Amino acid sequence: MSRIIKYVMFDILRNRFVIGYCLFIMLITFGLLGLEEGSSKSTLSLLNIVLLVVPLISVVFATIHFYNSYEFMELLLSQPVRRSTIIYSEYFGVSCSLSFAFAIGMGVPLIFLNQGLVSVYLLLSGIVLTFVFVSIALLGAVNSKDKARGIGTSLLLWFFFTAIYDGLVLLIMFSFSDYPIEKYLLAFISLNPIDLARVAILLQMDTAVLMGYTGAVFSEFFNSWEGLIFASGLLLLWAILPMLLTVRIFKRKDL
Amino acid sequence: MNLVKSKILFSLLLLPCFFFAETIHVGAGYKFKTIKSAISQSKINDTILIHKGYYQEGTILIEKPLTIVGQDYPTLDGLHKIEILSVKSDNVNISGLKLINSGKSDVYDLAAIRVYKNKNIKISGNILENNFFGIFLSKSDHCTITNNKLSSTEQNQNDSGNGIHLLYCNNIFIENNHITGHRDGIYFEFVTESLIQKNISEGNIRYGLHFMFSSNDVYQENTFRNNGAGVAVMFSYKVKMIKNHYEHNWGAASYGLLLKEIRDGEITGNTFEKNTIGLSMEGTTRIKVSHNNFLHNGWGIKICGGCDQGVVTKNNLIGNTFDVSSSGSTLSNDFTGNYWDKYLGYDLNKDGLGDTPFFPVTLSSLIMEQVPTSLLYLHSFVLDLIDQSEKLLPQLIPQNIVDKKPTLKKF
Repeated sequence: MSRIIKYVMFDILRNRFVIGYCLFIMLITFGLLGLEEGSSKSTLSLLNIVLLVVPLISVVFATIHFYNSYEFMELLLSQPVRRSTIIYSEYFGVSCSLSFAFAIGMGVPLIFLNQGLVSVYLLLSGIVLTFVFVSIALLGAVNSKDKARGIGTSLLLWFFFTAIYDGLVLLIMFSFSDYPIEKYLLAFISLNPIDLARVAILLQMDTAVLMGYTGAVFSEFFNSWEGLIFASGLLLLWAILPMLLTVRIFKRKDL
Repeated sequence: MNLVKSKILFSLLLLPCFFFAETIHVGAGYKFKTIKSAISQSKINDTILIHKGYYQEGTILIEKPLTIVGQDYPTLDGLHKIEILSVKSDNVNISGLKLINSGKSDVYDLAAIRVYKNKNIKISGNILENNFFGIFLSKSDHCTITNNKLSSTEQNQNDSGNGIHLLYCNNIFIENNHITGHRDGIYFEFVTESLIQKNISEGNIRYGLHFMFSSNDVYQENTFRNNGAGVAVMFSYKVKMIKNHYEHNWGAASYGLLLKEIRDGEITGNTFEKNTIGLSMEGTTRIKVSHNNFLHNGWGIKICGGCDQGVVTKNNLIGNTFDVSSSGSTLSNDFTGNYWDKYLGYDLNKDGLGDTPFFPVTLSSLIMEQVPTSLLYLHSFVLDLIDQSEKLLPQLIPQNIVDKKPTLKKF
């Protein structure tokens, strides 16, 4: 398996797109930090990149790459290689190379211009979100043979997690605003990897005090060991579960 | 004739008191070793010069007009038991002392310097450390408190007293003091016609400055930094707040300036920087807020229902997470002619004023005001989306909080 991962990875890393992605992130990070060094405003902008751009790129790139390497996979399948090995290699190849590009792109400027716990959280969240969304994208892609439909599904999933889901939770908040729903909210928010990452990062910043009572409840939870383990466990689950489903489907799929 | 003669004679007898006011030295190498003995031997208007040293004599009572001067800050220790200086006479000057460790009590308001029902008291240039109350004036008038340094290391609000505490006073002048670590930096209750200026009040447990039932006062050019909350002005009227700095009062329920049930106030030329809430208004009437800077606060101005006839004009609102937030339809408050960094309008006729109105209350801030749990969605994509769509199709944001003539340049 490791040999196939290596092939996939080197193939992607030589790809102009990934180099462009890395440079793009680096340029933006340098720009933002250079404009307002050390201020929370630039950190908030970086947060938005991590929460919006990284999942979007991961989703789109993973889907396109899956369809483009369809023939390569078919070729491999004519060899004595297990199907799960192939799809796992695809997954790790894409997500490792993307998160590598992200880590270099954002990590280098952060090391120079903004050292601190928040930066560590930003980097880790970006990397984990890459894995999560590549896994979600593959689940979308493996379900349909049509490329356009696959990309559509993946984009829809991305949009669901960035906006629709939050809108629904907001609706629930409105309907039950008279009840103490903080604990349930914790559950709802935990079910969305993007929210989980956002809250975890915001709680490390001084904007956290603006979040009031609910923020205090969350802060207490996320700053304890149990909370930290719970949050990272959930994010890991988000990276693993869709992938397991993908493997299941891919194994039975008529290619 | 006889009466006149006796009057002259009486005045002549009194003369020495005024002309021959002596200086009495207190210290290790002098005639008087204790302050108490020096005071008992002193005459009216004498100066008692206390030399460097350590004095613990229990409560020192001052019952005649005296000038008490410390040289090189002699230390008066209250041993955490008693009130250190009790002033029960008019025309007393106290300066250059170092007063430490006054007693703490749940029953009595023990202070380092306590002034009872007097006038013309001057307290200047003292250092006060670890006292319960620092300087406590009650029912006094025409006093000045200047250039003192007050500090305390008490952590618990209930075990801590106020730095400068005034009760039923008038015509008090407080300048250039530095107060830190007390419960309230400066506390006013039923104090009128007084002026507070150029003080620094920082790191106090509750408020930097606290007004209760105090009217016709002015505070200006003070700095309130890192307090539990900056300044609270409650149940008062005609208070002028000019050119103060409210900085970094940052905590879950913290604010720069809280106005509660006050009327006819004036807030001019102040800077609110990095507070959770810059200016919080509840139940105010005819408050004028002009020429202030609201910079990088969580909420610039939080205005509750029941605020009436306020005028907010010529302010700069820059970098606040929310410029104005309101719990709903506020009564008639005028928000015309401010500079908002979030304003995206244009100025075709080049008169310096934007041609489209600006609505400072965003839908997301309205949502957060009504459902505080939604603060969890701070800085999230979905709320940005909601705000943008509300800008295109305004339906829900309060139309009466509007700046019809926002300026395009900073003041």
